[in-house]
Amino acid sequence: MTARRQALDWAPAAVVLVLTLVIWQETIAVFDIKRFLAPQPTAIASTFWDHRSELLHAGWYTFQEALGGFAIGCSLGILAALVLARWRGVGRALMPYAIAASAVPIIAFAPITNAWFGPFGKTSKMAIAAVLCFFPVFVNTLRGLTSVRPASIELMRSYAAGEIDIFRRVRIPTALPLLFTGLKIATVLSMIGAIVGEYFGGSPNALGVLINSRNATFDFEDAWAGIGVACAYGIAFYLAIAALERIALRGPSTED
Amino acid sequence: MFAVRRIAISVGTTVAVLAVLIGAWELYRWIWISAGWTWPFLVDDTSMPHIHTIVRALFEHPTSGFGDILIVQLLHAALFTAKEAAVGFALGAVFGFTLGVVMSQWRVFQRGFLPFVVASQTVPILAVAPIVVVYLGTLHVAAWFSVAVIAAYLTFFPVAINTLRGLLSTDRRAVELMRSFAASRWRILWTLRVPAALPYIFSALKISATACVVGAIIGEAPSSIQDGLGGYIVNFNQYYTLNPQNLWATNVIAALLGISFFLVIVIAEKLVVRRAPEHVA
Amino acid sequence: MSVVEIHKLTKRFERGDVLALQDIELAIEPGEFVSLIGPSGCGKSTLLRIIGDLIQPTSGTVTVNGKPAPRARADHDYGMVFQDSVLFEWRTVAKNVALPLEVLGWDRSRRKTRVDELLELVELGGFGDHNPWQLSGGMQMRVAIARALSFDPALLLMDEPFGALDEMTRERLNMELLRIWAASKSTVVFVTHSIAEAVFLSTRVVVMSARPGRVADVVEIDLPASRGALTREETRYFELVTQVREALHLGAELDEAVAQ
Repeated sequence: MTARRQALDWAPAAVVLVLTLVIWQETIAVFDIKRFLAPQPTAIASTFWDHRSELLHAGWYTFQEALGGFAIGCSLGILAALVLARWRGVGRALMPYAIAASAVPIIAFAPITNAWFGPFGKTSKMAIAAVLCFFPVFVNTLRGLTSVRPASIELMRSYAAGEIDIFRRVRIPTALPLLFTGLKIATVLSMIGAIVGEYFGGSPNALGVLINSRNATFDFEDAWAGIGVACAYGIAFYLAIAALERIALRGPSTED
Repeated sequence: MFAVRRIAISVGTTVAVLAVLIGAWELYRWIWISAGWTWPFLVDDTSMPHIHTIVRALFEHPTSGFGDILIVQLLHAALFTAKEAAVGFALGAVFGFTLGVVMSQWRVFQRGFLPFVVASQTVPILAVAPIVVVYLGTLHVAAWFSVAVIAAYLTFFPVAINTLRGLLSTDRRAVELMRSFAASRWRILWTLRVPAALPYIFSALKISATACVVGAIIGEAPSSIQDGLGGYIVNFNQYYTLNPQNLWATNVIAALLGISFFLVIVIAEKLVVRRAPEHVA
Repeated sequence: MSVVEIHKLTKRFERGDVLALQDIELAIEPGEFVSLIGPSGCGKSTLLRIIGDLIQPTSGTVTVNGKPAPRARADHDYGMVFQDSVLFEWRTVAKNVALPLEVLGWDRSRRKTRVDELLELVELGGFGDHNPWQLSGGMQMRVAIARALSFDPALLLMDEPFGALDEMTRERLNMELLRIWAASKSTVVFVTHSIAEAVFLSTRVVVMSARPGRVADVVEIDLPASRGALTREETRYFELVTQVREALHLGAELDEAVAQ
């Protein structure tokens, strides 16, 4: 694809972005909306720049909570999926309950984890993030492990392959794409879990606490700048996992 | 009748699962208290109340004699939260579906909007919830509607993406078939592409339904909208050490609300979507 | 007037610069059953789709019922059947058959009458309320044929409709197709890989060769109009099969000669 063609492909998106920012900026200016009510994009940008050190450090603190929760939750999710894929009857019976459990507003348990682990440490938010990460990884991995074509299993059995062999050579490669789908969802959820968990109480070094307090004092520019930092960490995390996915799934895929 | 048998088995399994969970809770509690372990956290009546304490709290008066018993109050709150979530869900779903259709029919819209729609999925939308609610409050927007806006936002993007994906994934030969008897582009859209996309759309709706409930609760929390579950959670959080069972009871109701929203979509899907049963190993 | 007239038809695909069809000349008369047979890449499916205005030719003319192909399609002059029956999973059998009629704007009672007629014609009466996945492959194909015939088109275009079925089902459906063709009095253009099928079904077999796609030979099938299971055991049948087979190999030899 030529460079010109690529540029043309991205043109509409660029137009939308620029138009949105301009309209945002101008509407506030034209209607003379009070600065403290609705911040202009330029104001948010300059606020971010002024407080960048504080914001980025707070973001890093919160990101550590997200990362910890991600690691714990995803590992447990993969483990649970492996176990339930091995004992299919149990897995099939419990699937609807796992899906129902994922419909529970986990974040509403943030005050409880604060009570358990103390509101000012990282652990309480990590717990929330971990539970949030568990379900998408568990459901997706289990689905991947159990969605193998019957013909592939029959082929392996014809080589007198044992269950473990079948697992290694067929089920796990089939599960990888869906596993990564779950991981990517989990990156987003882990950040949300950490930040929103902090809304219910957390260390003053944390991004969520910072955003919340700026919000309470109507310092919207600061609050939005904080959100921007959260987005940046979230997107970076997502892209990191996506890059990992590209490496892991390189080569011809075994299943569609 | 097979249907009756299947329902009986489902109910039976649910009861069994609940019994196992309650049993596990009480067992964990008993072991940890007897052994005095403090990892991962200290176990006592405050951090893990007895299940029967929580259930009993539902039938007591939380505000010392005034008002209804807890469960009635919580159900009212749940209804309030449900309304916000439902309004938001409906708005978000309709707009998301429309954007999905528009993006599928005109490539320029797809190129213009899709990158942002995809990027927005990596944004911690829930983190924005309290800001939006407080901010719209300064614009004198009714608090419950601000929360509905959050729910709409949470629904809009997944529905738009999945609608687009579903509409574009239609079997090429089916499209050829429709063209062979000169079906117009709109006819092909409504008779073929949309029905073919329904599984994708419902998969987004299931996730969004749950997200709307979470979004509503989180949106209510910081602005302490007293009438909804989020407000109750914030309140009971302040008095947690005195009355832990109230917060737990609220969370149980919140969990049931989330599950029921999810079930509504699941049932709707069973009624609307007709597909061959899957055959997998 | 011929039903289909193809004059100096050429089709070149941009991607890969493939010359799929070169200078095709073909005329099909009303009531004929014409098979297109040839090796992979000879352009027979492409030719069928050009007749059906699903692909546009690079040069040359295609007229169907005296009109240019696009107008014939807009006028619903033909029905198509593909190798995959392409039934909509979310519609019952009856609603699948009614699909073109809905597009054409027929009202409900008229649709119902016609659908019942068609299901009787393909011997699936009573299966109207079934779901597509409850039917066997052969039955699904019969539904697809019923659907193609629903608005009574003059021309039926079929692209290897029985290719995915086993031999016995295939032979049975061959006979059913002949019966349906006689009852509907339509003209059929039929793409196939099977020499036996082509000879059994057709009044004329057009043998094509590949690279580039062109007509190598045309074999007139002078078997009697009413054909049955025993036809496949007649001497004349074997002679014609051999004739077509040799025409195919001749086409293949031409390929090698051109390639060198």
